[in-house]
Amino acid sequence: MKILVPVKRVIDYNVKVRVKPDGSGVDTANVKMSMNPFDEIAVEEAVRLREKGAAAEIVAVSCGAAACQETLRTALALGADRAILVESDADLQPLAVAKLLAAVVAREQPQLVILGKQAIDDDSNQVGQMLAALLDWPQATFASKVEVSGGTLVVKREVDGGLETVEMALPAVVTADLRLNEPRYATLPNIMKAKKKPLDTLKPDALGVDVTPRTVTLSVAEPPKRKGGGLVADVKELVAKLRNEAKVLS
Amino acid sequence: MAILVIAEHDNAALKSATLHVVGAAARLGSPIHVLVAGSAAQGAAQAAAQAAGVAKSIHVDAPHLAQPTAENLAAQVLAIVQDGGYTHVVAPATGYGRNVAPRIAAKLDVAQVSDVTAVVSPDTFVRPIYAGSVFATVQAKDAVKVVTVRATSFDAAAATGGAGQVESRPAVPDVGRSRVTGQEIAKSERPELASARVVVSGGRALASAENFKLLEALADRLGAAIGASRAAVDAGYVPNDYQVGQTGKIVAPDLYIAVGISGAIQHLAGMKDSKVIVAINKDPEAPIFQIADYGLVGDLFEVVPQLTAELAPR
Ligand SMILES: Cc1cc2nc3c(=O)[nH]c(=O)nc-3n(C[C@H](O)[C@H](O)[C@H](O)COP(=O)(O)OP(=O)(O)OC[C@H]3O[C@@H](n4cnc5c(N)ncnc54)[C@H](O)[C@@H]3O)c2cc1C
Ligand SMILES: Nc1ncnc2c1ncn2[C@@H]1O[C@H](COP(=O)(O)O)[C@@H](O)[C@H]1O
Repeated sequence: MKILVPVKRVIDYNVKVRVKPDGSGVDTANVKMSMNPFDEIAVEEAVRLREKGAAAEIVAVSCGAAACQETLRTALALGADRAILVESDADLQPLAVAKLLAAVVAREQPQLVILGKQAIDDDSNQVGQMLAALLDWPQATFASKVEVSGGTLVVKREVDGGLETVEMALPAVVTADLRLNEPRYATLPNIMKAKKKPLDTLKPDALGVDVTPRTVTLSVAEPPKRKGGGLVADVKELVAKLRNEAKVLS
Repeated sequence: MAILVIAEHDNAALKSATLHVVGAAARLGSPIHVLVAGSAAQGAAQAAAQAAGVAKSIHVDAPHLAQPTAENLAAQVLAIVQDGGYTHVVAPATGYGRNVAPRIAAKLDVAQVSDVTAVVSPDTFVRPIYAGSVFATVQAKDAVKVVTVRATSFDAAAATGGAGQVESRPAVPDVGRSRVTGQEIAKSERPELASARVVVSGGRALASAENFKLLEALADRLGAAIGASRAAVDAGYVPNDYQVGQTGKIVAPDLYIAVGISGAIQHLAGMKDSKVIVAINKDPEAPIFQIADYGLVGDLFEVVPQLTAELAPR
């Protein structure tokens, strides 16, 4: 079985994001970029499935600017066998990414696509579900446990009140939640080996995909700051303030 | 032209998020139709028709919709949208809505706008990005707008006072290919986390599942729901669905008490719209104090029992 793992290059989760002074977007100049944390989990899950003998090949794919090659090299260092960059400087929105990935699926014919559940920059939580729709494949989002046996996939999903188990026929789409696994670190020898693994580049045009944005960002702004910082000396003062000042206790 | 709300329900009743979505839908236009797709969900369908502002509830009943897969629910919504002339399809930004809304949007070949916190106009929305450290105002250009809305950002429509009709429609056939084979839903006497008036949340500092009993005792006094940071969930102290934050639940109670939680941006993303925030942490430098209305620097193992005792019925 072949597994496709889409990975996104995002601003590192530790960076304090700043809005550009003109409110047109977020400042990305000289900011540390990393692989989306959920995508590390997706790569790790694919590698574990290969280690268990359930998968033969793992192909990482990223859509975006040339710099996404870095992210793909990280995926290769974590265990992916080869990588595909769908190179575009356009603003690639979830529907466009899903269409590009669907075109890559048509070429690569994987049995399973494992994505992150959400990119921590746009916080959309859409691409996996959209890809499944475009392919007419079943989906198992927010996965916290994945098992493949024969042509069947069994996934435990994190739902609002607890967990749900879904069973589906392959091919299928899975999106990874935080509890699916704990990703390994790339070792130095694996980082060196990754440099020699194949990385192909495709263009949206060659895939026949129109990536024109469907939504326009009119402005971005930082939310009003909360006025915090008030300290109380002890529990008695806290309770008195909650009762008499905040009036949230009776 | 109408607005279609996808109801979240457990067949017997509507989930609280649904009425908030109806509240948000009222800002998009009218009439509002609510789709209740389920099995033996007459109760939920009746409730939807009675909600203020709802013109009708569309009730679809079939065994495969009892706990529908995304495939089946999306197929059902598409069948309704295709013969209905809808301008908007609106779902709650909960696990339920997030699972299915993008699938519907892709089938319609339109964008989906996630996690809307404000409606500027019928095609322009505000939504958080980067764990809520930035808010974007976005305009959707497609003819049909598929949006998920954050329940805590919109007042709930009144549960009664509407005069809608319940209209039954046939179900589309089971897509097959996938099915729900099990559920582990914890039953709790406590209020639902996402809609509770008071939330007591614990972090890594609780150090064990056993110690969460301290928070339970406090929550009992306050009639509160219990939440947690990712660190506490990852360590297995509490179940996954307790997680508050960027990738967990969004809460906005009247009172949020953060116990032994440092205040990482990913946690704040899920609770900083709370009316009053209390932080209990032994580190005076903890970032949570920067947003807390009332900070108490101290050891939680001393402070929490004191607080519970102080709140004893007088
Ligand atoms: C992609 C991604 C998504 C994430 N999503 C979420 C999310 O949705 N929700 C979330 O919460 N986190 C999320 N996180 C994790 C987040 O970054 C933090 O790691 C996490 O919130 C920390 O949890 P914590 O505050 O319990 O632990 P810590 O940061 O370890 O804080 C523990 C605190 O307890 C205090 N303390 C210790 N002992 C005591 C004591 N005896 N009494 C009082 N105080 C004490 C310490 O001073 C410290 O401030 C996410 C991270 C990533 C990368
Ligand atoms: N530009 C991209 N290139 C590759 N994968 C992507 C891209 N954008 C999103 N994804 C994948 O889709 C998942 C969900 O992203 P989103 O729907 O944008 O929150 C991510 O975790 C990635 O696995």
